[in-house]
Amino acid sequence: MEFVVRAWSAHARLGSLHLGATGPQLETPCLLLLTRKGLPAFIPPDLFHKLHPDALALQVSPLHFLDSPPPEVVAEVGGLHKMLCLPEHGLVAVGRDSIMDEADGEGTTKLGASFKTSFGRRIVGPVKYMEVINACKPNLWASLPDEVPAWVSEKRNRVSVGRTLQWLDHCLSLSTDMGCLGVVVGGSSVEQRTHSAQQTATRNVAGFSLGGFGLGEAAEDRGPLLEAVTASLPMEKPRHVSGLGMPEEVLQAVAAGVDLFDSTYPHMLTMGGYAMTFPATMEDILESFANKNLAVEEWSKSDSDSTKICLRSVSFRLDESPLVDGCQCYTCRKHSRAYIHHLLNTHEMLAQTLLDIHNMYHYLGFFQAIREAIRANEFPVFHNQFISHRRQSTLLLSSQ
Amino acid sequence: MLLSPAMALRFEVLARHNRARASRLTLPHFECETPLFMPVGTQGTIKGLAGDQLEDLGCQIILGNTYHLALRPGAELLEKMGGLHQFMNWPRALLTDSGGFQMVSLLHLADITEEGVTFQSPVDGKPMLLTPEESIQIQNKIGADIIMALDDVVKTTTEGPRVEEAMHRTLRWIDRCIAAHSRPKEQNLFGIVQGGLDPRLRDLCIKGLVERNLPGYAIGGLAGGEEKDAFWRVVAQCTAGLPEDKPRYVMGVGYPLDIVVCSALGADMYDCVYPTRTGRFGTALVPEGLLKLKHAAMAKDYRPLDSSCSCMVCSRYTRAYLHTIVTKEAMGCQLISYHNVAYMMQLSRNLHKSILEGRFPEFVQTFLKKQFPSGDVPEWVQSAMEVAGIDISMCCYPYPQGIKKQMTTTGL
Repeated sequence: MEFVVRAWSAHARLGSLHLGATGPQLETPCLLLLTRKGLPAFIPPDLFHKLHPDALALQVSPLHFLDSPPPEVVAEVGGLHKMLCLPEHGLVAVGRDSIMDEADGEGTTKLGASFKTSFGRRIVGPVKYMEVINACKPNLWASLPDEVPAWVSEKRNRVSVGRTLQWLDHCLSLSTDMGCLGVVVGGSSVEQRTHSAQQTATRNVAGFSLGGFGLGEAAEDRGPLLEAVTASLPMEKPRHVSGLGMPEEVLQAVAAGVDLFDSTYPHMLTMGGYAMTFPATMEDILESFANKNLAVEEWSKSDSDSTKICLRSVSFRLDESPLVDGCQCYTCRKHSRAYIHHLLNTHEMLAQTLLDIHNMYHYLGFFQAIREAIRANEFPVFHNQFISHRRQSTLLLSSQ
Repeated sequence: MLLSPAMALRFEVLARHNRARASRLTLPHFECETPLFMPVGTQGTIKGLAGDQLEDLGCQIILGNTYHLALRPGAELLEKMGGLHQFMNWPRALLTDSGGFQMVSLLHLADITEEGVTFQSPVDGKPMLLTPEESIQIQNKIGADIIMALDDVVKTTTEGPRVEEAMHRTLRWIDRCIAAHSRPKEQNLFGIVQGGLDPRLRDLCIKGLVERNLPGYAIGGLAGGEEKDAFWRVVAQCTAGLPEDKPRYVMGVGYPLDIVVCSALGADMYDCVYPTRTGRFGTALVPEGLLKLKHAAMAKDYRPLDSSCSCMVCSRYTRAYLHTIVTKEAMGCQLISYHNVAYMMQLSRNLHKSILEGRFPEFVQTFLKKQFPSGDVPEWVQSAMEVAGIDISMCCYPYPQGIKKQMTTTGL
């Protein structure tokens, strides 16, 4: 694995991440796409390969490979890249499965972290975890953390920091390759966060994963914590974060110097029957500032807002336009809002496939815009414009 | 009433083997090769599969159900949207059924009178009536290349005067359908041969429909639980009696074996929910028959579904992996359905090509040997192939009836 920082805009970095000989070349900040048992939830391989030029890296959850398929089967086939037939994609294994389970620190003991899986609650310790990781052979893998949310007691928080380091060392000793992302925890204590980051940085890891975020902490509290962590980490290694998937959260973490993100945001929208529509590029944002009054009326009619439209709304019954005008994704080139509304109405799975394609495409476009803003050394401006636009739209809508 | 309706299709038989034919069926939206299988896209989509995928798989015609489409999104809406082709963005051919069958099979208190099919609206329970005129009007709005006449469908297991009544009514209704059809130059109205399992009634119906000189004919009222031995005989009788130069569509068929037999007997088109439905429940269609992916044995089976299949599923995934996602993940359902449609499309291509290239008997023999490796080809298949003039003796283990029975009782 090779990671090079190519440009800066304040603390945000533009990087190149090369995931090994057969792996892809990624530009960071980069979105890792969500999977279930290694494959996208709804997008089949033939459509996935045409999804978007940046759809190169997937987040896989080791929890999905505990029972069915078990690690022996994955090992027999020769690893996930072979089993999933994704030889040229990047696979990043991160322990959290944000769809099934939010890490709450409950049930975790010194024997292992507690996870909710489709086979029930499981305690997974470093040995079992590494059995799965070694069988899967991902390009990068996060170590097994003891993640806790922001409001646990000081004592619990300290235990989590010590235990996470202990488990990191144990995982590294059992690892058969070099792609470890050491997990940094520390809850809502700047002191603990700094300590965890500094200690993790002394280990032989390829990069870092910022754990314990996106578990319900307030956004204003999060910023200083993120910065405390990144300030203590070496510049030349990539940083990943789990659980910060909403656009504002992504921007906040990019501003603090994070490079890799997994996100449930596109998936959640798809499951709710929503299509992402928020303006993702600087020009689109400025344009929509200008058209804001028109749009607000539309939104109230169709149970939508400035970020998404709800395709279940009957206002789309006869709407022959694509989800987003000008969007080049498969769904927008081929199908209308009316058709997708019909598919949702009739409970057809194709609705989720088409929405997921659009939502992933749109979100990958957002990440592209972030990178462009960093490249042009305008990231803070882009960040501010994006947030103000969101605030303004929300205010307008709520005043209707 | 004798009419010469305009045709919106061209049907050319390119090659034959006895009764079997390989043909070109040119429809307004697509030039098709028969024999062909039509996947069923009930509500304007084949469950879980996108248009591009269906094109890649070689689907030529897709079936839509008028009953479902009239409910959602509605015939008026489809008309406003320029028809179902435009609404779902499917560039190839479509076929819609009349809506009658669904009503009878799905609805509470469906009843058939001379007027039409009366039923309780699933929306508000009010009594409603689907007449031949209305079925055709709805289908005109949907805009499929082929539309089906509303027929009086009875269960194949029905006996008695009801069967004859239904056959005669079907003929009276075909005239009402023809009269109501407002787009004969763009949509082909197929008549449906009814008559249950009674050869006399079937014959009367065939003659009546052929008099109307329709663009194509369907063989209806089968695939409903009747004995296979009765099933093939009705198909054989109908294909013998229907005109050579028009397509023959056996409705609701079906299993690959049934399609091979019916093609040998001279049928051209088929539809069935089976491949996609069984795919959703984790069963894959393979040359040997069925592969049930949920079986524990599949967990460590590292082979593809079908080593002779080149579809995107078989070229990527093992049975072991698919075992973990069927019935549990949406992707599992999509992938098996995809393979099953690929299988049926390959079967269609094989039928067409083998007849065209003069090697149909060899194809049938290979097919049967794969499905019945120990030679236990069912008797009904053997009888049907005899009538079709295809020698399959090398596929059948020559146990005389008496010895077979003896072996069973002694447990050999």
